[in-house]
Amino acid sequence: MFHFSVVTNWIDEFLRAYLPDVWVLLIEYVLIGAVILGVYAVLALVLIYLERKICAFFQCRLGPTRVGPWGLLQSVADMVKILLKELIKINRVDPLLFRLAAFLVIIASICTFGALPFDEGLLVVDFNIGVFYLLAVSSLGVVGILMAGWASNNKYTMIGAMRSGAQLISYELSCGLAMMTIVMLSGSLQLSEIVSQQSETWNIWRGGIPACIAFVIYLIAGHAETNRGPFDLPEAESELTAGYHTEYSGIQFGFFYLAEYLNMFIIAAIATTLFLGGWQPLHISGWDAFNTTMDFIPPVLWFFAKAFACVLLSLWVRWTMPRLRIDQLLKLEWQILMPLALIDILLMALWVIYF
Amino acid sequence: MSYIKSIIVGIWRLMQGMYITMLNFIRPKVTECYPENRGKTEPLGAMRGELVMFHNENNQHQCTACGICQMNCPNGTIQIITKMVPTGEEGKEKKALDKYMYDLGSCAFCSICTISCPQGAIEWSKNFEHATFTSPKLVNQLNRAGSTLMEKEK
Repeated sequence: MFHFSVVTNWIDEFLRAYLPDVWVLLIEYVLIGAVILGVYAVLALVLIYLERKICAFFQCRLGPTRVGPWGLLQSVADMVKILLKELIKINRVDPLLFRLAAFLVIIASICTFGALPFDEGLLVVDFNIGVFYLLAVSSLGVVGILMAGWASNNKYTMIGAMRSGAQLISYELSCGLAMMTIVMLSGSLQLSEIVSQQSETWNIWRGGIPACIAFVIYLIAGHAETNRGPFDLPEAESELTAGYHTEYSGIQFGFFYLAEYLNMFIIAAIATTLFLGGWQPLHISGWDAFNTTMDFIPPVLWFFAKAFACVLLSLWVRWTMPRLRIDQLLKLEWQILMPLALIDILLMALWVIYF
Repeated sequence: MSYIKSIIVGIWRLMQGMYITMLNFIRPKVTECYPENRGKTEPLGAMRGELVMFHNENNQHQCTACGICQMNCPNGTIQIITKMVPTGEEGKEKKALDKYMYDLGSCAFCSICTISCPQGAIEWSKNFEHATFTSPKLVNQLNRAGSTLMEKEK
């Protein structure tokens, strides 16, 4: 198997051979920052293209076909357009909070993105409390959303932000509980440790029924946290024009837009890491020839394939279900998902003890 | 117990919905890529593209210049200019069609002209690419140059 740690270690040794340690660290920080931002932007473009294409396919349309072959350059053209757009100055907004909100949302998203283990040796920091970090940082985004809604001085944005706050904080619970179920199974909060434990069988099989239930709960709660699909109350177009980012224009709107799409990917990537074996290839015990063939596919490809499969699932759900009402949304969380997640943790405890 | 049952029934209903959307996902798409599929796909049979006059191989049409279509047209789109042509008999002349002017720009495509025509001389073609750079080009003469009235077979 080819791991990216070969490349990263080679860069590290190459720099250390010529430079003092301080400079090596500095250069590596800059490199990592540039790579993270670059991958973030490219992934956003890919996701926007995929979203438009797949949603068109669900509606029996073709989607973008004009810019480039099969419309591949459409999102690049959109990016250029949004960079050139004017930032409209709005009267009677809170200027500091208004500016800050867009940055907070995207910073929370980038911080979560940076901690994902894409491959062996291809993650920025290997915290021993990785899962905790992911939960903590990804829930920072709600502060930005509330801030945007409040600072815009507009009823639509305010209602959107309040709905978003209620929704994100509630669904954070069952999201976290589902992640805790897997932490109980693997006995570690460290993401690289969780992934390396799944080299033979993925957690979703290793954990049996409790892990399957946790996976479904995580997908539903995570989907709700991205403010999309049936849970898009914060930006319900027919009721609130665009929800909390109604007043934003140009690249500030672009930040919200980018963060929304990347959050979709981040939720899928966390689901991949915790439940579907991260970058580990598919192994079935006993099928040795099959296992060695699967090992030839690079782990990065495995990671992205699984993550994009989860993204496809989320898009599929999005274009199937109608939007929930706010009381139905909260009822789903507090009366169904959270009790189920709590029971599931107990089940997992029994599973860990007896199997 | 009914609580658990309602959850399972709800999940089953959602799966049914997702099955339907997946069927749509793999279905052939309905979008027509217009400039690429030009000439490859035929418009629907009842399409009213523009008004044309039927001519046979001897450059003969069926219009007797009766003017019913001109009178029935709600927009004044059709203008029939007639001329007198001598018949075979001595000193007698007969009214015949000189120019059948059709202004596409003011046509409402109501099809009253083709319905009211007693001879069946005019009909709709499926050509829908009408764009021109100036509006006078929209006024067309429907009868061809030098065309004559088709003889009725007796």
